[in-house]
Amino acid sequence: MGKLFNVSSSPHVRDRITTQNLMFDVVIAMIPASVYGVWQFGFNALLVLVATVVACVLSEYVYEKLMKKPITITDGSAVVTGMILALNMPPEIPVWIPMLGGVFAIVVVKQLYGGLGQNFMNPALAARCFLLISFAGFMNDFSAASIGFDSVSGATPLAQLRAGQEVDLAALVIGRIPGTIGEVSVIALLIGAVYMIVRKVISPRIPLIYIGTVAVFIFVFGGFDVTYTLSEICAGGLIFGAFFMATDYVTSPLTVKGQVVYGIILGVLTGTFRLWGASPEGVSYAIILSNLLVPLIEKATLPTAFGKGGSKK
Amino acid sequence: MGLATFIGGIHPYEGKELSEDKPIKVLASEKGETMVYPLSQHIGAPAKPLVAKGDHVLKGQIIAEAGGFISANVLCSVSGTVKGIEPRLVANGAMVQSIIVENDGEEEAIEGFGTERDFTKLSKEEIRQIIKDAGIVGLGGAGFPTHVKLTPKDENAIDYVIVNGAECEPYLTSDYRVMMERPEEIIAGLKVILQLFDNARGIIGIENNKPQAIKKLTEMVKDEPRIEVRPLLTKYPQGGERTLIYAVTGREINSSMLPADAGCVVDNIDTVASIYNAVCRTTPLIRKIITVTGDAVAEPQNFEVRLGTNYQRLVDAAGGFKTEPEKMISGGPMMGQALFSLDFPVAKTSSALTTFTKDQVAAMEPTPCIRCGRCVSVCPEHLVPPLMMSASLRNDLEKFQSLNGMECVECGCCAYTCPAKRPLTQAFKEMRKAVAASRRK
Ligand code: SF4
Ligand code: SF4
Repeated sequence: MGKLFNVSSSPHVRDRITTQNLMFDVVIAMIPASVYGVWQFGFNALLVLVATVVACVLSEYVYEKLMKKPITITDGSAVVTGMILALNMPPEIPVWIPMLGGVFAIVVVKQLYGGLGQNFMNPALAARCFLLISFAGFMNDFSAASIGFDSVSGATPLAQLRAGQEVDLAALVIGRIPGTIGEVSVIALLIGAVYMIVRKVISPRIPLIYIGTVAVFIFVFGGFDVTYTLSEICAGGLIFGAFFMATDYVTSPLTVKGQVVYGIILGVLTGTFRLWGASPEGVSYAIILSNLLVPLIEKATLPTAFGKGGSKK
Repeated sequence: MGLATFIGGIHPYEGKELSEDKPIKVLASEKGETMVYPLSQHIGAPAKPLVAKGDHVLKGQIIAEAGGFISANVLCSVSGTVKGIEPRLVANGAMVQSIIVENDGEEEAIEGFGTERDFTKLSKEEIRQIIKDAGIVGLGGAGFPTHVKLTPKDENAIDYVIVNGAECEPYLTSDYRVMMERPEEIIAGLKVILQLFDNARGIIGIENNKPQAIKKLTEMVKDEPRIEVRPLLTKYPQGGERTLIYAVTGREINSSMLPADAGCVVDNIDTVASIYNAVCRTTPLIRKIITVTGDAVAEPQNFEVRLGTNYQRLVDAAGGFKTEPEKMISGGPMMGQALFSLDFPVAKTSSALTTFTKDQVAAMEPTPCIRCGRCVSVCPEHLVPPLMMSASLRNDLEKFQSLNGMECVECGCCAYTCPAKRPLTQAFKEMRKAVAASRRK
């Protein structure tokens, strides 16, 4: 027999799912929220989305080219980072701000730590926090976006809740409220979330525990008010953060128990920030902080190996 | 409650439709054919040759005897002349000292070969001795000597004898065919084993992707008070020893325990049939049921062949290759051994030859771990493969062991499921070898 066969170690078959498919599914899942955002807030929202994604992908390409590393832009992770960052932007923001954020996310948060899988903070969120600190004015200005809503002033629902005002729950669910491009419509976000869960891209474990913990926390410490609790859940970035950012593979725990702990910590932090923090929004900071705890959580929640759990009869 | 199973596992493409309906075809050994009998076809010490070049040997004759407590006899499967004792290639790529016999085509057998025997009249000791003499080892792939397995420290502590009919490895259908065509051998073989263990129940575990086999065997054991058929959820690696014991009994064992520590004896379908043949028909282990399958062979099917037969003959009997294979595997795609040649003999632990025209793995480039956790959720041993992988990449044996790396059963679930196509199982095999070597020092 003249031909050499491929000799490699088992297993000799692989599942069809690839990193690229998974990232692509996350992108698809963000489309409803993106479309809604653009429809509601107009052209600048579209511009922000496109420009941020381009900034992320391009900076990844340029960095890898300069560093003579393999080009990985086709894995789709930079696109996901770009979209998440863009959806976290106020609709009227000047485009250069999220673009700068995109470069920061990719180069500083992701690549300098070794690229995909190595970063310990969610790149998009780290960039958002960086922008919030650097450009507080632009980043907290939702007033222009409120043009066209008769019932709503420039304040976001969270700010209104903070001020003790009632908010319209139906408007929250549909998304007829001011806010960042992607966080406003609970319905659009849930469509994407269900898509990801059905396609087994994410497990609902972290988001449900996260949201559940926030609900209990706000209910208990916010005066046992059901409407208020529901409004807190639907307002701000909680739904978006819980399904799209807290589930980021790289920065959440690998172990099942760790994911439960992580969800609870996220919930408690978010509740604390929301009720007593300096700004009414707390999701981004809660996730970033919890990201830093992941290695610890993971270490403390290593599963017991099969058959090592002591005698069982 | 759902079907009995375990936590974790995967559902790879089964590929069983290629050969599951093909009856077992007996492939006779021909005059002049060269048969090769490696002295090591089992776990434990190699067997010691009892014959020399030029000797005339008979079918069923012990040509090499067990070389220690954990070892097994090697028998001649044809009659003929010993041509020599020399190193030959075996499936795992190693060269193993082997006895070479040229078949004289006479089919001359040892005295008493093939006579019927009533097992109920035999003592436990006699049964164990017959099984030992017959050279029977775990035919599912592990090759652990069966007589040792059937001699636990405390035979009264055994309360389950489990027959492994899961056949969870994709593409393989040989056990299925035995269940369909020779179910009476399995049931009688199980009864022989049950005679050794007074307190045990016999359970035949079968994955529910084989409804016909479940039906047939359930029907046949309905009047057997000590035997029961247990349908199992179809999921790889359901047929792994630890996962099977868990599914059937809810008991867990780890790498430092034997099934007997959980009160179990587990034997594969073909092993049980071989026990029946050895004990009730005085026919020791000289043949093997082999599935020849995959998309490269012309006619995938199941064969009964004599041990020692060259693999090339199997391929020829299956109509040769219709397309040049890119990959050939001894065994199935999840745990089988990739081959670089077909010039090696059918051994006791052979189960299949799987051929693929395309090697899916070679076409996939590993990319960085994205920490998706998929491998963690499929690992039947509840390990955390990405952490084990980082330890492997740093060659950190300590860390690997503290992550319970030695509990890995090399089932391949993690590598199969990884979207980043990381060679997890492959790395763990190397590490386990390295740790085992360091422990021996
Ligand atoms: S399946 Fe692959 S990518 Fe996912 S955590 Fe495991 S090793 Fe990493
Ligand atoms: S090969 Fe080892 S680590 Fe991977 S799934 Fe199987 S037992 Fe777990």
